[in-house]
Amino acid sequence: MDMNRRQVLKTSGGATFLALLAAAGWIPSAYADAPGWSKAEFDTHTMDATLAALGAGKPVTSSDVAFFSTPDIAENGAVVPIGVTSKLPNAESIAILVEKNPFTLAALFDLPAGTEPTISTRVKMRETSNVYALVKAGGKYFMTSKEIKVTLGGCGG
Amino acid sequence: MADPMKIRANLVGDSTEVKVLMSHEMDTGLVKDKSGKIIPAWWIQTVKVTHNDKVVLTAQWGTAVSKNPFMSFKFKGGAKGDKVTITWVDNHNDSRTDTAVIA
Repeated sequence: MDMNRRQVLKTSGGATFLALLAAAGWIPSAYADAPGWSKAEFDTHTMDATLAALGAGKPVTSSDVAFFSTPDIAENGAVVPIGVTSKLPNAESIAILVEKNPFTLAALFDLPAGTEPTISTRVKMRETSNVYALVKAGGKYFMTSKEIKVTLGGCGG
Repeated sequence: MADPMKIRANLVGDSTEVKVLMSHEMDTGLVKDKSGKIIPAWWIQTVKVTHNDKVVLTAQWGTAVSKNPFMSFKFKGGAKGDKVTITWVDNHNDSRTDTAVIA
């Protein structure tokens, strides 16, 4: 099966065919991303690349975006609580970015009208890093950052 | 099939506060097992929350979300007894849906 797939890929060449195969269910589902998951946005490794992939350009630093229940020092990088809230009207999405993680974008939350711009979750951090909260509101991007010191990395190292 | 999520949905003032704990390994694909073999990435990629069939939150996650993910948020318009339904899908296209009643 694996050989065949490689041969098919070689001869037909191109991502479109791969996508067709995936759609037809011929490729093991282990290789298929969940519908609606944006690989282009998550497969980025620097702040600039992630912001570009999100279409955020150069976000305005805003004190209307704030962290809450987020530690200054995380003893365990595998479980770092992050809370983000925004006072900006018409918030559309909240993203959490960890600058020095292997993949910068940790999570992206889309907020339909009626959902409050307040989210909390837990993320992994490889090392001490700046963490950014990026809020899209009224079509523009706003950001705030905070350094979290990690005493034990969260990537099994 | 993964273990059920633990979901709490509570009415606080005029908002519904939803807290959810999911059961998932959230492997990053960067960690090696004891024999030195890389443990393949396996993580929840999308989460959707609906209240009475109306979407109140969608999320996309990278591998940086912690094992057994926790998430909380608030939305307006819930009432006691209403249903809040959460679905996640991981990169194996495995998924799980659980429902809680607003208290």
